[in-house]
Amino acid sequence: MSTLANETYEARVVAASEPGVTFSGALSSEWIKFRTLRSSWAVLLAAVVALVAIAGLIGYVTGSKWDGQLDPEDRVASAPLQGLFLAQLLIGVLGVLFVSGEYTTGMIRSTLAAVPRRLPVLWAKGVVYGLVTLSTLIPTTFLAYGVAQLFLSHFGHSTSLSAPTAFRAVLATGIYLALVGLLGSALGWIVRSTPGGISLLVGLLLIVPVLLEVVPGQWAKDISHYLPSAAGASFYSSLQADGALSPGAGLLVLVIWVAVATTVAAFLLKRRDG
Amino acid sequence: MIEARDLTKQYGDKTAVHDLNFTVRPGIVTGFLGPNGAGKSTTMRMIIGLDAPTSGRVTVNGRQYRDHRAPLREVGAMLEARAIHTGRSARNHLLAMAATTGIGRRRVDEVIDLVGLHEVADRRAGQFSLGMGQRLGIASALLGDPATVMLDEPVNGLDPEGILWIRNLLKQLAAEGRTVFVSSHLMSEMALTADHLIVVGRGTLIRDVPVAEFIASASSNSVRVRTPDPSRLRALLTGEAVSVSSSTEGQLDVTGLSTDEIGLRAAAAGIALLELSPVQASLEQAFMELTADAVEYRTLSSSREEVAA
Ligand SMILES: Nc1ncnc2c1ncn2[C@@H]1O[C@H](COP(=O)(O)OP(=O)(O)OP(=O)(O)O)[C@@H](O)[C@H]1O
Ligand SMILES: [Mg+2]
Repeated sequence: MSTLANETYEARVVAASEPGVTFSGALSSEWIKFRTLRSSWAVLLAAVVALVAIAGLIGYVTGSKWDGQLDPEDRVASAPLQGLFLAQLLIGVLGVLFVSGEYTTGMIRSTLAAVPRRLPVLWAKGVVYGLVTLSTLIPTTFLAYGVAQLFLSHFGHSTSLSAPTAFRAVLATGIYLALVGLLGSALGWIVRSTPGGISLLVGLLLIVPVLLEVVPGQWAKDISHYLPSAAGASFYSSLQADGALSPGAGLLVLVIWVAVATTVAAFLLKRRDG
Repeated sequence: MIEARDLTKQYGDKTAVHDLNFTVRPGIVTGFLGPNGAGKSTTMRMIIGLDAPTSGRVTVNGRQYRDHRAPLREVGAMLEARAIHTGRSARNHLLAMAATTGIGRRRVDEVIDLVGLHEVADRRAGQFSLGMGQRLGIASALLGDPATVMLDEPVNGLDPEGILWIRNLLKQLAAEGRTVFVSSHLMSEMALTADHLIVVGRGTLIRDVPVAEFIASASSNSVRVRTPDPSRLRALLTGEAVSVSSSTEGQLDVTGLSTDEIGLRAAAAGIALLELSPVQASLEQAFMELTADAVEYRTLSSSREEVAA
């Protein structure tokens, strides 16, 4: 490895003992890249704070109104996790940035020069980001639930994780957010620009559902259940909305969205000039 | 060793590189020269697989870059465009690159020292000056201790000290037996650094020659003579392997004779000489003439001159 003064490189052959590119190498590279950017931690922290603080707030408000005119859906275990609407944008945008940041800064050229087969980079980024989000956000959703309980119990009320759908709803929120993050990354690979990726993500999560709502006709309502946001909601809500998918089907549809977007991303990455 | 065979790249209908054939050999510095838009950067991007050739192929050490088990250990490249995330420190950038190929932390420290970035290695690369950025690019290129080093315009924007540093580094890398491939616009810089030249213009190969040969052919050394009696002197000097031309009244441009010979012959014939001076065409001049037809983006004024000429 070290530069020997009178070694001649003319006939140098890379020895079999010298490590080559491996998937675990790509993984550790992506992990280094993720953790050495300040924005990664700032955005992740913002998502955690959003989930916990909003849960506390909702716990307080619902607790104080519990015996008044509170809708049943506001009493379910997952009700305090409304912070997910903000958190999904943060996590999705961070997913876009993790990829688009490489393109906007030119880092992608170094990345692809190191791993010229390219696809390992895409998989490794997904694995790293997926694991980071799952391992921070699942504990966060349970923490948020617990904080809401503190406020509820202050008013002498409580919901229980052992309620039929409660545990699943809290767990699903973390998984939903991680999947939105992966969707963001895939969009980042596809459009290779930060504003483009964010616009697509926001459009898909927030704007398309509204558009489908105002379009007349039943078909629009029918397909709207299959949008990532609606499929996700079926998966993480304690209460099933009218005509919505079952939790399992919601998860499946969401996973298909991520898989399709990632497949398109992989195809383009392999084909396009870096 | 880099080998390009019929290498062609088209972007839409624009042909950036056209049927390039060349071999870059180890142990010497090979300069890759051409005016703006000649296709140098495109060729280099194809060498490391960032751009796919439209046709033809280019191999490094006998294989396409992406088919190597440990690409960073085969070729270290610094591209023209910045290839570093501005939010990350130099050290972390190198650590992330190194991790892909199982290159250790010690090698990262080594290349940081080698390029003299020790003091600033933990600062964000976005705060680096142009010269520091170039040094970091070179550190990345040397990370895998590769037998082939390829740098796209490494002296661009460097101060004289930085240029000298790169010049010596390139020579040292070549002396170690590595293949060193460096692009530049500046013939004069390459004359000092390179042993061999590959000259391209508009994507096609113009010359593939040793530097010494290029210089010898370029410096068609002529002698400028002024005399009150040009026609007699012309008759006196003209002969085999000697050509005499005149661009201004009373002035002759002689090639094929030294100043001494001209002076002595004129004295013997009793012709007065008002001026007798050697004229050496500059390398830059020779380079510009060579690539004149292949200049993509000429300035308005130079194209006007050409029309007038
Ligand atoms: N991605 C691209 N898309 C379209 N055209 C391109 C692309 N990259 C390069 N070109 C064109 O190909 C030609 C060659 O460009 P290239 O950058 O390789 O030249 P160069 O020799 O490196 O020039 P310079 O000395 O200015 O760096 C130019 O006309 C350029 O406009
Ligand atoms: Mg260039």
